[in-house]
Amino acid sequence: MQMSREEVAHVAWLARLALSEAELERYAGQLSGILSHIVQLQELDVTDIAPTAMAVEAGGNVVRADVPTASAPQDEVLANAADIEDGSFRVRAILEESA
Amino acid sequence: MSEWLTVIGIEVHTQLLTRSKMFCSCDNNYAGDEPNTHVCPVCLGAPGMLPTVNAQALEYGIMAALALDCSVPEFSWFERKNYPYPDLVKGFQLTQYAYPIGAHGKVDLETDHGPRRIGVRRVHLEEDTAKNTHVTVAGESYSLVDCNRAGVPLMEIVTEPDARSSEEAVAYLKKLRDVLVFLGIASGKMEEGAMRLEANISVRTPAEAAAGVLRKRCEVKNLNSFENVRAALEYERERQIAAYEAGEEIQQATLGWDSAAGRTVYQRSKEEAQDYRYFPEPDLPPLRFTAADVDAVRAKLPELRPAIIARYEALGLDRYRAELLSQTRALATYFETALAGGGKVERVANLLLGDLLAQVNERQINLEETTALPAAGELGRLAQQWEAGEVTGPQVKQLLPRLFETGETVDAAKAALGIRVVGGADELLPIIEAVLAANAAAVAKVKAGEQKVMGFLVGQVMKATKGQGAPGEVNRLLAEVLARD
Repeated sequence: MQMSREEVAHVAWLARLALSEAELERYAGQLSGILSHIVQLQELDVTDIAPTAMAVEAGGNVVRADVPTASAPQDEVLANAADIEDGSFRVRAILEESA
Repeated sequence: MSEWLTVIGIEVHTQLLTRSKMFCSCDNNYAGDEPNTHVCPVCLGAPGMLPTVNAQALEYGIMAALALDCSVPEFSWFERKNYPYPDLVKGFQLTQYAYPIGAHGKVDLETDHGPRRIGVRRVHLEEDTAKNTHVTVAGESYSLVDCNRAGVPLMEIVTEPDARSSEEAVAYLKKLRDVLVFLGIASGKMEEGAMRLEANISVRTPAEAAAGVLRKRCEVKNLNSFENVRAALEYERERQIAAYEAGEEIQQATLGWDSAAGRTVYQRSKEEAQDYRYFPEPDLPPLRFTAADVDAVRAKLPELRPAIIARYEALGLDRYRAELLSQTRALATYFETALAGGGKVERVANLLLGDLLAQVNERQINLEETTALPAAGELGRLAQQWEAGEVTGPQVKQLLPRLFETGETVDAAKAALGIRVVGGADELLPIIEAVLAANAAAVAKVKAGEQKVMGFLVGQVMKATKGQGAPGEVNRLLAEVLARD
């Protein structure tokens, strides 16, 4: 199972990771190895085994009552912000991005 | 090409009327508050945060699924939808992808072209995003992010591509809004962004329709009124037809609606689902529902508007008045309480839809609640007294504003305004005789057989009694005196 450099570049872009040409090459090789391993696992016959996303399931649904409690103070919420204005996070203007 | 057919699918996002957020206990009621004051590590996506599902939001989701005739699955879970955008501080949105809370439902419509069925593909729960405000100061543009809205419970309802016109799309949306509002799970307020509408549209030829073929569709987002949905779909249909007839192709895209310019504007090319890299949220265990769980929620479903309308029609009201009286659940409840307070259906309905709603409009009262209205029992009593001739039509008009202002009983308001009914021959006869003496010409016409002039004389007598004459008595005595002379 081969993963192309283009596919790695696309996935890296989706995750907003900047990869160098050398990294693209290296990760394409590593990810191809991982996918090949998955392909090998897919050869197993799991017809009678229910799929699972989680090894441990709680008994009954884990939910909480709809009761509001205090939120964090505004200065704590904003404490780690790179830039703040009028009680809000200030970020770069959002523009149309192209893939 | 002469004929193009339209195919429309509709997506609605609605905030749910819970008290706290979807996955944390921050207060949901943030309207008008300072930015970032309803925020905690969970809705901020701080490292190590652990979400927990709001039980009420879950129940509201199941209620909506059941009311839309969806099946509720035995198994459901939340997944991470990954995409980078400043309104998504976590970098992903918790939503339901593979296992929504409801699927395979339907909404039946009555249209000018007969009954139509819109399939509901899925109902799923997710969380709202933060609010971005775009600012430009001295040529510099940036955005301000307020996370108060981030994590508010959101429900998405997606139809099959079953609507065949903008009218059908709007009819579906109106009916859906009624369902959500009458369930008591959503405000339905589009102007406040609590309910957001999107529609996707494509066109095709009759031959393609017969073969079940669909062309590329465009999705129009951020429609904040039924009128905008109609206008955007009409515009987009014409745009696509014009492109095809000019030999061009339509690219699948997400569009916005510029209501001022009356046209759709390109936003971005449509993402592929795989680009969201959905995967099950590892911090939320899967949810399981037994038939008994679902039945328990079903038992809580309130009566919805179509059932209320049918019940009013069974009381003898026509469709139009039944719809007006059930425009909000609060008004319907008010009407029924007034009925229980006495008075006949016709009289109570007409008093409510006539004189009462006139006052409501004048006072700009919102009918989502009826606390600003006179007590429903008193309205019933007023209708009853009117029916019995204990108050007159003009007196009802005089009494109602006072009932709005003071909130007192009908009897107290009558006493305060000195309202009484002038009845009985002793009081009415001298007044009638004076009126007849002053209107000799009219009397002559009535005696010559012009019955319509009778109405004029009744009006003059009522005027002479300052609107206090008992109508039945006035009519009877007037006829008696005219016959006697």
